[in-house]
Amino acid sequence: MTALEERTAAVPATTARPGTTTRPVATGPAAPRRRLRGVTAVELFDVLGATVAAVATATLLFGRLTAMHGAIGWVVVALAAFLGFYALLASLHATGEEVKDKVITALLRTAGVVLFGTLVFIVLFTLFRGVSALHHLNFFVQTMWVAGPQDPLSKGGILHAIAGTLIQIGIALSITVPLGLTTAVFLNEVGGRFARFVRTISDAMTALPSVVAGLFILAAVVQLVFHERNGFAAALAITVMMLPIVIRSADVVLRLVPGNLREASYALGTSRWRTVWHVVLPTARSGLATAVILGTARGLGETSPVLLTSGISTVLNLDPFKGPMTSLPLAVYNFIGSPQPNQVVRGFGTAATLLVLVLVLFGLARRIGGRGPGTMSPRQQQQVQAESTRAAIRIAAYHQQPPAHQQPSALRQPPAPRPSDRPGAQPDHPEEPLR
Amino acid sequence: MTVLRDEPAVLGAPGPRPRSLVSRPSVADSVFRRITYAGGVATVGILLAVGLFLALRGGQALGVAKWHFLTQAQWQPEGGVFGIRAVLFGTVTIAVIAMVVGFPLAFGTALLLSEVVSPRIGRLLVALVDLMAAVPSIVYGLWGFYFLQKQIVPVAQWLAVTVGQVVPVLAVTDQDGKPVSDPNFYTSTAFIAGLVVGLMVVPTMTSVMREGFSRAPAGEREGAYALGATRWGMIRAVVLPFGKGGVIGGTMLGLGRALGETIAVAMIISPLFAINWQVLKSGTNSVSALIALRFSEASQFGLSALMAAGLALFVVTLVVNFTASSIVARSRSGAQSEG
Repeated sequence: MTALEERTAAVPATTARPGTTTRPVATGPAAPRRRLRGVTAVELFDVLGATVAAVATATLLFGRLTAMHGAIGWVVVALAAFLGFYALLASLHATGEEVKDKVITALLRTAGVVLFGTLVFIVLFTLFRGVSALHHLNFFVQTMWVAGPQDPLSKGGILHAIAGTLIQIGIALSITVPLGLTTAVFLNEVGGRFARFVRTISDAMTALPSVVAGLFILAAVVQLVFHERNGFAAALAITVMMLPIVIRSADVVLRLVPGNLREASYALGTSRWRTVWHVVLPTARSGLATAVILGTARGLGETSPVLLTSGISTVLNLDPFKGPMTSLPLAVYNFIGSPQPNQVVRGFGTAATLLVLVLVLFGLARRIGGRGPGTMSPRQQQQVQAESTRAAIRIAAYHQQPPAHQQPSALRQPPAPRPSDRPGAQPDHPEEPLR
Repeated sequence: MTVLRDEPAVLGAPGPRPRSLVSRPSVADSVFRRITYAGGVATVGILLAVGLFLALRGGQALGVAKWHFLTQAQWQPEGGVFGIRAVLFGTVTIAVIAMVVGFPLAFGTALLLSEVVSPRIGRLLVALVDLMAAVPSIVYGLWGFYFLQKQIVPVAQWLAVTVGQVVPVLAVTDQDGKPVSDPNFYTSTAFIAGLVVGLMVVPTMTSVMREGFSRAPAGEREGAYALGATRWGMIRAVVLPFGKGGVIGGTMLGLGRALGETIAVAMIISPLFAINWQVLKSGTNSVSALIALRFSEASQFGLSALMAAGLALFVVTLVVNFTASSIVARSRSGAQSEG
């Protein structure tokens, strides 16, 4: 503030002419330049000091001064003590507003550390507890039909659950993808009042309790159509859960397709469905793939709909229309219902398998969907260029002229006489001007 | 192909006549329109069918129980004595605890992601949040049952002994009203189930809230800084008013999911068909856990009663979700952007 006033006051008024901008000339003593980034030594000291003090306090309180014990309590007390000490240290050299800002920023960081720490811990805990089941190969190639609950981990496996999950997800995808994408296209390309209604409904469906979806399929399909629980009914229940997720995320992606691409297509006289098929969907391809993969990841983890509609079995069942068919999450639920420690380890191993599957799918979705609609990978760009080149050659051949005249470069550059433009001159490489 | 009708056939026709802009879609286009329309109808149809079938199958039990369905706490459909008072109470208890735990975490993390960390780290963490939203609920349930259950007991005991003397909800007493400290009283509680469900819904809440916060316009942010505001001052004056819709909508969405969570709750709780105000004391219930645990042994009439309970859960979550999505949609359209 003061530095600014000094500088503006230092500018002679006579030099300012109307309509011009004058750079202020720094004549007075320049204020030290303020650091906008990085951490000062004092701030670092505040954080480190508060951390050490908090750890010391929590350790003293737990087991020495009071009767409190347990790891979670220690963490909670340490975090609270950290915030207190940090506020104290910060108030030594800052004003009220600054202290408030610092403490609240620390609070936000604490929330982030607690959340991400817990979530990463949950994933690692599952993988760690399950790893002793995973390094037996038979875990993936045998079923639990050959092993009892008390058998060692070197016997029996979850092949039946893996097969069940793949079959159920396959059926669910074959319904969800066409129906979900059609609905998303309807929401974006057709529009109208009914489309807005459909969007509200599908938004509300995203939080449909999974057990309610299971009950619905139980009442509508299992009891009315098949009169027995089977894998197909489970697939339908998973479909009910996946459909709104796919619709919602595909809707968001389609909304991002630039309007001028559609308008360009319409301006060329294209019909509506051809615009959707050749312009809108290819442009949004990567985002749509992400939408489907995210829906798949959610569908893989559904437990209660499968529990209600398919039931538990320990044999390999490849026929979705006959008999119970277990999926991975349901196998976890079944394993950990047993008091045998080996079954619990198998449960964790199954959960770890499921988790790895979901993580891989998610990584795939990020990789495919990392780009916005219309942004192409280098390979796609090459393909498009090659196609343009072929089109240029075809057009040139149609006009039966030397190719150099007909290349698109002629549109960009004014037809200035160049040596290569003369008829009979050596034609350029056709793809060169497109680069 | 879109065919324009009623255009002047010849350019030089006598008298300028306004060209009709009404277009009639070609056959292919009207087929396309009908197919996509059918997709929309199917989606709405599924949701309607869910409600319809639950109402039809649950109607039998509702006809027997009448209004006692809402006031009865016991669940013995075969004896004709059943109601959702206790399970609905348990569902709401667990959801409220989940919100008490989840809201500060989601709110703080959303602000951290949109305001504090650098954009590069922010993108990474946003991806992590989205990933966590895709982790199956049974994984959270496993963690809650095999890790949290044991570790949280000392904390719960401490809360019951100290805070519980002032706040009756946190006290743990036996039948005579005396405080108990036996660890067995502190497992399978609504508190643990609420913690797990809270962690489970935090990713969903965080991403909705963060989206709301990041919509606060740069001009207003810089204006606040230019007036000398600290970061928190700017957040309070600019980001929070703009992100209000996102905060409310995200909380409601999280609440909707917390109300419907099944497997993790069913793994942790020990079912109790009575109103238990002491959230740190063993024994609670929820509608979805009731359905998951009881359906396999249920008779035809018992199944009908479970369908009626499912219908009640369906209605409650629908109301919460519609409220949430209308709040989010309204804030998205910029109706409250003057903040």
